[in-house]
Amino acid sequence: MRDLASLLADHPFFHDVPAPYVTVLAGCARNVAVQPAAYIFRTGEPANAFYVLREGRVGIELPPVGGSPRTIQTVSAGDVLGWSWLIPPHQWRFDARALTPVRAVVLDGECLRKKCEQDHDLGYELLRRFSQVIADRLESARLQLQDLYGGA
Amino acid sequence: MGGTASQGNRRALGTGGRALMERAALGSLFDALRKREYRVIGPTVRDGAVVYDELDGPEALPAGWGDEQAPGRYRLFRREHDTLFGYTLSPQSWKRWLYPPVATVCRVDRSGRAPAFTGGGAPREKLAFLGVRACELQAIAVQDRILLEGTWADPQYAARRQSACLIAVNCTQSGGTCFCASVQSGPAATTGFDLALTELCDAQRHEFLIEVGTARGGELLAELAHRPADPETVARATSAVAETAARMGRTLEVDGLKDLLYRHLDHPRWDQVASRCLACANCTMVCPTCFCSTVEEVTDLTGTTAERVRKWDSCFTMAFSYIHGGSIRSSTRARYRQWLTHKLATWVDQFGTLGCVGCGRCISWCPVGIDVTEEVREIRESERCDPPATPGGS
Amino acid sequence: MRAKTKTNGRGADPMRPDLFLIKRVRKETADTFTMELQPQPGSRVRPFRPGQFNMLDVIGVGEVPISISGDPASTVRVGHTTRAVGAVTNAMSRLGRGGLLGVRGPFGTGWPLDLAAGRDVVIVAGGIGLAPLRPAIYHVLAHRSRYGRVVLLYGTRTPSDILFRNELRLWGGRFDLDVQVTVDRGEGGWRGNVGVVTPLIRRAGFDPLQALAMVCGPEIMMRFAVQELQKRGVTNDRIYVSLERNMKCAIGLCGHCQFGPFFVCKDGPVFRVDRVEPWLAKREI
Repeated sequence: MRDLASLLADHPFFHDVPAPYVTVLAGCARNVAVQPAAYIFRTGEPANAFYVLREGRVGIELPPVGGSPRTIQTVSAGDVLGWSWLIPPHQWRFDARALTPVRAVVLDGECLRKKCEQDHDLGYELLRRFSQVIADRLESARLQLQDLYGGA
Repeated sequence: MGGTASQGNRRALGTGGRALMERAALGSLFDALRKREYRVIGPTVRDGAVVYDELDGPEALPAGWGDEQAPGRYRLFRREHDTLFGYTLSPQSWKRWLYPPVATVCRVDRSGRAPAFTGGGAPREKLAFLGVRACELQAIAVQDRILLEGTWADPQYAARRQSACLIAVNCTQSGGTCFCASVQSGPAATTGFDLALTELCDAQRHEFLIEVGTARGGELLAELAHRPADPETVARATSAVAETAARMGRTLEVDGLKDLLYRHLDHPRWDQVASRCLACANCTMVCPTCFCSTVEEVTDLTGTTAERVRKWDSCFTMAFSYIHGGSIRSSTRARYRQWLTHKLATWVDQFGTLGCVGCGRCISWCPVGIDVTEEVREIRESERCDPPATPGGS
Repeated sequence: MRAKTKTNGRGADPMRPDLFLIKRVRKETADTFTMELQPQPGSRVRPFRPGQFNMLDVIGVGEVPISISGDPASTVRVGHTTRAVGAVTNAMSRLGRGGLLGVRGPFGTGWPLDLAAGRDVVIVAGGIGLAPLRPAIYHVLAHRSRYGRVVLLYGTRTPSDILFRNELRLWGGRFDLDVQVTVDRGEGGWRGNVGVVTPLIRRAGFDPLQALAMVCGPEIMMRFAVQELQKRGVTNDRIYVSLERNMKCAIGLCGHCQFGPFFVCKDGPVFRVDRVEPWLAKREI
């Protein structure tokens, strides 16, 4: 059984984060396993967690209105899930549902926010990485919208 | 060193041999060609221009006509003497005859149990071109490189080309838009002809200095009344042609031209020329080396036969670069740039020669008078004032 | 001047098609179909390299370039997959089994399967781009021991647009092939990846220092895919793309398919990226 700090350090998102910070972050972390089809979080719920995915695939979905949910994007092992814990009003804007068995390390949002306030350098490290994640997702979403494979 | 003209020598002159022929004997050249079943194509006046068309005899030649050419301008004028080849260049080139604008490349017969494909058929006619300028010989050589010497040859072009007899005419004057000297395609015809004529026409005489280019040319000459060429006349003719090189209407600096254009694919000059260019495709129609074509499928009304027809096409059309949903080159800027950079740059990488032979037709026949030599000059000049940060092309 | 006519070993006129019969038509997706063609008397299936294309002629309508998508080992039939998007392909889709087509080819350059020997092979396909890559996949699987890790990353619009569905499933079941599929939009209970191919490239298991990548799809998608491969450390001399341009003759004489100094019909359609990158970066070339 590996400790949380080493699990985080091995994850691509935390690549090159100085070891002391990893230890601090591990202090807000715990392991979690999710069954397929179970919801990880739902739209409107308070956003107080960020998931570091180790195994499996998660669907980011729009809640169903009379039909099946629409999956906007999926994230997998090596990705992170959720940034609404960073941005007020700290409320999930989408659903996240496990599509396969999922194992992740979940970090407590409030705990993280406090630590970032106390140490702005730590805050900067996290924000720098999150802005890359958000930029990648935005770029993907834009390409998905283009209907590149489809009609004219 | 005159002497009486002999009525046909027993032994034909070899390649490089020179002779003098009176203008009056030109009719016998037509006879000799007709005897060999050639269709004689040459210059004649029609619709206010000197065009290349089938000639019945020397009386159809544009005696006494000259042309004045400038950007977007072409006019005929009467010359002082009855010079037969006193014009500079026709609007269209011999390409019209060797690589016709419309040609069937494949036929399908659907009347039987299964459709049967046959080739477009080999043209049987033999063409004799009378009056090919040096730049036009170069243009034919440039097109040979593409249509004969690639991985696949065009069989109809090959058939016409192999049987064609080329009688060149050296230029003793330069046109207003000519720049053959810059691209080393003239004004002297040096290779690629069966016979090369230099017309000597003034108040005293009207005759032709003839140079033999091939055995076929020598055999033709043997049937015409001619006499040995004296060194003085040869020298006079040669220097007249050489002087023409110094009096070109335009110049194009070709040193490093390919890389210059490769460096400046995003130059603002392309926007500038695009604001004038009408994308009318005249330049591609008159250019003697442009070879782009399209293939269309045509059926008759009953559907029993179909033909695949090759037609001249132009990179200036929107359809040219169309793929599902849009044209790759939709702006005039992109299409003009494609044409000029192909002609002067990518052609070199594709075929090992410049695509341009300096004939200047594109300048004369552009309705808005775009001058390719000026466009290149502007790009080159801008580099002198503002050298690029990183050298080297692709 | 004596002009010389080159014969290219075909003997026949390269503009004259051979007659083929549509033996089988399979509707792959709403707008995409695969035809298996059988040569008629006087014609034969010519050996092709994966990545090459044929010019298919709907007699009386027109001729278009279509990627060969079948097994290169087959000498009896030749398979093509295309979308029905224009007048000719729509007419083709209406011909159906028993219809007759003129076939010229094969033309163009193929995927560098010999050069890939001894290396990891990364195949990135988008939409109909999987069609010209399928013969390469057949070849790699038929000679599996020649290659290192083999990864197939395939992106398409929706789950209903997935091409060669059964084969993908079979390939996905193999232990010596990593197949990952993603769609732009999930639908109807899809539990696979939703998103573009670039994250798949980021995560795929291959060694970027020696892998050889073959990419085919819409040009925009190829651009992003190439960038992602470059970011992972695959150098431009080991990335190959398949380009598409308007084609009329397919023999380098009509000028339509020019892309800078290249004729896509004979210098391509498969190009090594280091050779074409300066031109790919230019607009409207």
